[in-house]
Amino acid sequence: MRYVVAKDSREVVDLLMEDKANLLLAGGTDVLVRMRLDERYPDRIIDIKKIPGVAEITEESGGFRIGAAVSGAQMGEHSQLKALWPGVVEAVELIGSTQVQGRATMAGNLCNGSPAADSVPAMLAAQAVARVEGPEGVSDQPVLALLDAPGQTKLGKAEFITSIFLPARPNLAGDAYLRFIPRTEMDIAVASAGVSLVLDEAGIVIEASVALGAVAPTAVMVSGAAQALIGTRLEAAPLQACAAACAAACSPIDDKRGTIEFRTKVAGVMACRAAITAYQRAGGQP
Amino acid sequence: MSKIHVSTQVNGDQVEFLCEPEETLLDVLRDHLNLTGAKEGCGTGDCGACSVTIDGRLVAACLVLGAEVEGSAVETVEGIGAPDALHPLQRQILQHAALQCGICTPGIIVAAKALLAQNPDPSEQEVRYWLAGNLCRCTGYDKIIRAVLAAAGEMRGENP
Amino acid sequence: MSKQEFKILGTRPIRPDGLDKVTGKAMFGADKSATGMLHARILRSPHAHAEIISIDTSKAKALPGVKAVITGADFDDVENRWTRYTMQNCMAQGRALYDGHAIAAVAATSKKIAGAALKLIEVEYKILPHVTDVDEAMQPGAPLLHEGVKARKLGDDVSGNTVGYYSFGHGDVDAGFAKADEVIERRFKTAATHQGYIEPQACLADLGADGRGALWCTTQGHYMVRETCAEILGIDASQLRVTASEIGGGFGGKTTVFIEPVALKLSQKSGRPVKLVMSREEVFRATGPTMSASMDVKIGMGKDGKITAGHARLRYQGGAFPYNMVMMGAMSAFACYDLENVQSEGWDVMTNRPKMISYRAPGAPMAVYGVESVIDELCQKLGLDPIEVRLLNAAKEGTKSSYGPRFKAIGLVEALKAAKAHPHYSAPLPANTGRGVACGFWFNFGGQVSVSMAINTDGTVNLIEGNPDIGGSRASISMMAAEALGIPFERIRTIVGDTASVGFSDVTDGSRVTFAVGIATINAAKAAIRELCKRAAMIWEIDEDAVEWVDGTARPTGHNAGDFPPMSLAEIAATSGKTGGPIAGHHEGAPDKAGVSFGVHLVDLEVDPETGFTSIKRYTAFQDVGKAIHPAYVEGQIQGGAVQGIGWALNEEYIYGADGRLQNPGFLDYRIPVASDLPMIDAVIIEVPNPGHPYGVRGCGETAIVPPLAAVANGVAQAVGVRLFELPMSPPKILKAL
Repeated sequence: MRYVVAKDSREVVDLLMEDKANLLLAGGTDVLVRMRLDERYPDRIIDIKKIPGVAEITEESGGFRIGAAVSGAQMGEHSQLKALWPGVVEAVELIGSTQVQGRATMAGNLCNGSPAADSVPAMLAAQAVARVEGPEGVSDQPVLALLDAPGQTKLGKAEFITSIFLPARPNLAGDAYLRFIPRTEMDIAVASAGVSLVLDEAGIVIEASVALGAVAPTAVMVSGAAQALIGTRLEAAPLQACAAACAAACSPIDDKRGTIEFRTKVAGVMACRAAITAYQRAGGQP
Repeated sequence: MSKIHVSTQVNGDQVEFLCEPEETLLDVLRDHLNLTGAKEGCGTGDCGACSVTIDGRLVAACLVLGAEVEGSAVETVEGIGAPDALHPLQRQILQHAALQCGICTPGIIVAAKALLAQNPDPSEQEVRYWLAGNLCRCTGYDKIIRAVLAAAGEMRGENP
Repeated sequence: MSKQEFKILGTRPIRPDGLDKVTGKAMFGADKSATGMLHARILRSPHAHAEIISIDTSKAKALPGVKAVITGADFDDVENRWTRYTMQNCMAQGRALYDGHAIAAVAATSKKIAGAALKLIEVEYKILPHVTDVDEAMQPGAPLLHEGVKARKLGDDVSGNTVGYYSFGHGDVDAGFAKADEVIERRFKTAATHQGYIEPQACLADLGADGRGALWCTTQGHYMVRETCAEILGIDASQLRVTASEIGGGFGGKTTVFIEPVALKLSQKSGRPVKLVMSREEVFRATGPTMSASMDVKIGMGKDGKITAGHARLRYQGGAFPYNMVMMGAMSAFACYDLENVQSEGWDVMTNRPKMISYRAPGAPMAVYGVESVIDELCQKLGLDPIEVRLLNAAKEGTKSSYGPRFKAIGLVEALKAAKAHPHYSAPLPANTGRGVACGFWFNFGGQVSVSMAINTDGTVNLIEGNPDIGGSRASISMMAAEALGIPFERIRTIVGDTASVGFSDVTDGSRVTFAVGIATINAAKAAIRELCKRAAMIWEIDEDAVEWVDGTARPTGHNAGDFPPMSLAEIAATSGKTGGPIAGHHEGAPDKAGVSFGVHLVDLEVDPETGFTSIKRYTAFQDVGKAIHPAYVEGQIQGGAVQGIGWALNEEYIYGADGRLQNPGFLDYRIPVASDLPMIDAVIIEVPNPGHPYGVRGCGETAIVPPLAAVANGVAQAVGVRLFELPMSPPKILKAL
């Protein structure tokens, strides 16, 4: 194995174009675990952290661009980002321990391709957009469009993510992420939900998006659940409808972390609870 | 297959080492620099026994490649406290009997020091969540949490 | 036994090994290296049960940097069958008996080369049917682990995997059930749990062709390691010097060998020191977890709460080799109660899982979980207070125990009364919250012990003992030595000697160290005091019998009283070179009056009705420890045991797939409690002195893991109104039950 520190994105793309087994390294909290457990090493590991700007959070058009090597801890310490997208930040901050937070990145969480990735439902709900660099140049792609299957994304040959953009927010908007784990920390999500809401002056939901994690081969957007919340103040009936829509959208597996039955039920619970938090953050009083 | 030359700072000292590309910072500390205070409890970032800081940021040394610390400043438990004056965390852990076997203790000290650097007055819950990635199988955490809270108080200049 | 007054016991000094442990200097198993050292790795079976048709190591041997490769064929048979099982667990011979079973090992000049060499070893397996569930393994016709080891007293209704059967009790249980107003019988299941020590097994071995060697390892008993390894390798015990490193947790899991014979054999073959460190995955797959259990518990109770009869049938599986631990469960099941009619039976069963090894109070937590759950259900049904009922039935001094002997002075009633009077028991309970109560019991052991004490000419004392210090015992031993000699704690330095420096000592287990090493320390101090008094008599030129030892000084007594000013230990020691040479004391023995211990735990917990998530809100543990030498470390034992029990109750389990492979060999999915899962654990020390120890000490390490399983289960039953009969009570199980 060789370790290469890339100076810029072009170099990464050029290296990825070569016919070698490459792995990109940002936070390394998935890559190193996999190498260790499988005892399989790529020909080359390409460290992208030294690419200019890739470890920075920058304000852009009222939103924020999160570099691919920005750690969860950095996001948690960024008060304006946290104020704008509290749900996304709390999702990223739930990944692993404080130690893992010191390194883990939101882009890496996406690229790892886990259906249970914490940041992904929050990014979906936030309609986050990934900036992708590749042989054809730079493109912006919605995070949703990159989801593919367990362990893989739709990134093409020699493509990689350099940053993720979280857009500007209107007033009276809020988001939240919640996951269920058997302990209070240190687990992989068994079912999770990201919810983003926009309210009108009367406290009625006018825009909503609901995404679920760990209940299907990839994180999923549940438009039925979002529809159930629009036009309401999150009264009992719409919440019930939201939970039902979530359950209907689930196609989970039985495994060591949870059963189909459990995941299906709890996904709706997480979505409703996240919706209530998002609603409060948007200034609503349920 | 060639080794990588790395120049970095460990506990305030400038050090240089050669490592294999796949060797972790934990391997380097333990096998090349003879700093065995950071322990390998899992090798997968689940136990916190290898906690160190890089440029002040708390990380699991098993999830960092040795080659990545070029030009950084690494701190391990060996760099905490002076020969004639333990760090308040070290002293409070001893006074509270907040260790039994002691294998997790270096990681707890490094992690708790990083917490108190950014939050000098944490609540019990904040300490518990910050240290959730530092597994201890002996103590049930009770005395560890008390010791960290006491050290925080001491560092704020409060009387014990 | 009247309460004694102590100067040092009961205080909380800083432990002598503390500084090294907060500065990173303490040397644990994997922290030592040697010049010229090789690194070893072990190849493990990916199959739950398979015949090893062939192993081709030629490619691995040919890899540059590889210095030795071994397989089961490198180990000669040994006479003792228990040692043979241990050896075959360290390295499979003929058959792989579980996922993770060692097949071959490599020593090479680097970890990387050793790892690469493992991939070059070619093993041909013939996969055999496997069984991992205890009830299935007991069925006639189940895949058989070993031939000819079935317990003799058993018939054809159980398979040859059933290697042990035990029965304890007295009275007539049928008559007792007939007298009951209410009888409840339940079937319980508990998962296998792992000790979960944070330090993986590790050793550094150096064995020459002449059969002389040295071994550094993390273990609960280096004499056990020496004797087992010497037997397996066919060398003399005297020639293998074993040093116990600082030990990063054990909880019973380090009371046998897994890697040491392998490392020694590799060292012998290569002529180089060999370091062998397990990965966490190897720890889960190949070191002993505890048993899983399937149990039937039936208890009859009168309307007044009096238990009229109790019957428990315990089926434990202990992995791939014969073992005999269900006995402890059968003996413990009803030990908390004074019963007229009681019977407990136990079956030890083999399965295709890693060989079990002790885990804190081995065998007791699951049996007591069953019994305490049924008692709780009876209390609910009869509308009785759970502590009152336990007080009504509690064992006390003179009770004929359910396993035979009569109890001497014990502290269960005191612990129950303390629990009842504690503010926790009467605090209000919010919605979705339940309060669980349960008792627990552990025997505690004595065992063989050696202590050597040297009085230095500057008035300080060196003490060498042979039991690895797993939780602060050097502190408690130094305190007892200081108390016995009448000198300050700081003047004593206690070390854990290697096998060449002090006599044999049994393994650090059975909560025996503070008890047994304590007795040996006190007796060694007495021997030293006799010599100190003799020297004083010599200096004063009076009769030896006319000197007594008071508060750390020799004083003339009888008709010589007051003739000379008292002489301190330091003064006598200073001139020892002129009065007959060095002064020392030692003691070797096998104290056996360890004194049983009881605990009562109270837990408040909240269950989320929408997710089944259980959150521990408040926890108080009461335990009779006889005499707390260093109360802070006694509290630590109680807190640590309670939390391990909470983990067992809620989330910890070995999960096997249909292929017989372990699915969660890591801390990510083997979920031990983390700091944020817990509240403070309030430990309340009860002191009913053990008449079998000069200071009243009882073991305190193990009892605390026994009550929590049932305490948490009873709390969940209170909180949600539904009772679960299977551990762990993970959220999917609770939610399903609601």
